[in-house]
Amino acid sequence: MTVAETRSIVVEREMPHAPEKIWRALTQSHLIEEWLMKNDFQPVVGHTFNFRAQPVMGWNGVTDCKILEVTPPSRLVYSWNASGEQAKDGLKTIVTWTLTPRGDGTHVRMEQAGFRPQDEGGYRGMGSGWPGILGRLETVAEKS
Amino acid sequence: MPQTHDALFRSLADPTRRAIFERLCRKGEQTVGALTGHAGVSQPAVSKHLAQLKQAGLVRDRPEGRQTHYSAQINALAPLIDWTSQMTGFWESKFDVLENLLKRMDQ
Repeated sequence: MTVAETRSIVVEREMPHAPEKIWRALTQSHLIEEWLMKNDFQPVVGHTFNFRAQPVMGWNGVTDCKILEVTPPSRLVYSWNASGEQAKDGLKTIVTWTLTPRGDGTHVRMEQAGFRPQDEGGYRGMGSGWPGILGRLETVAEKS
Repeated sequence: MPQTHDALFRSLADPTRRAIFERLCRKGEQTVGALTGHAGVSQPAVSKHLAQLKQAGLVRDRPEGRQTHYSAQINALAPLIDWTSQMTGFWESKFDVLENLLKRMDQ
């Protein structure tokens, strides 16, 4: 598997808050739970933890993570992998948070890297998840 | 395209079979008899559809006395999910919640 075969997604936004404050929201377990998911996060390199959400169609709701880098208040990196019986064929990605001071605020950048072609669903552009999958199956099946 | 995808698509391409699967997803475990009442086809036809869904890994059967109960195996759909677009939407909405939280936090 080479880097060229995988894709990243990037979400970035300017936020009118200091990097230190945003850093707290990204690295304190009870604050992370408020905006992301239940977790046993600790900002310590090598620490393994889970994010837990309600299971939905096709996803068991659990994410296996490991802290890879902690550089307050600018850079946080952790792995983001599928868990349990979905681990073998599921997501194996790296999430990198970068906080850059910008005027009175902060540029917040999240990159999730390592999506493989098979992570993009049975058919590229088929649309996302349930119930789109079933809704479009007839069309797709006709073409195949 | 991997073979497992072929089997999933073939299984769900049939409208009657898809309706049976969707009903199992919505209602949870069901017997052949209960499913037949809603499928609009005969009980042997429903059994045949269930066998094909089972072969594709989309349903599991659990014998209990003289009855067999069927349930949807939603995990089987995981390979069909487009995770890049799912995760992009996921993070966009989480960024919104994060911004709301930051407004409420002390400096």
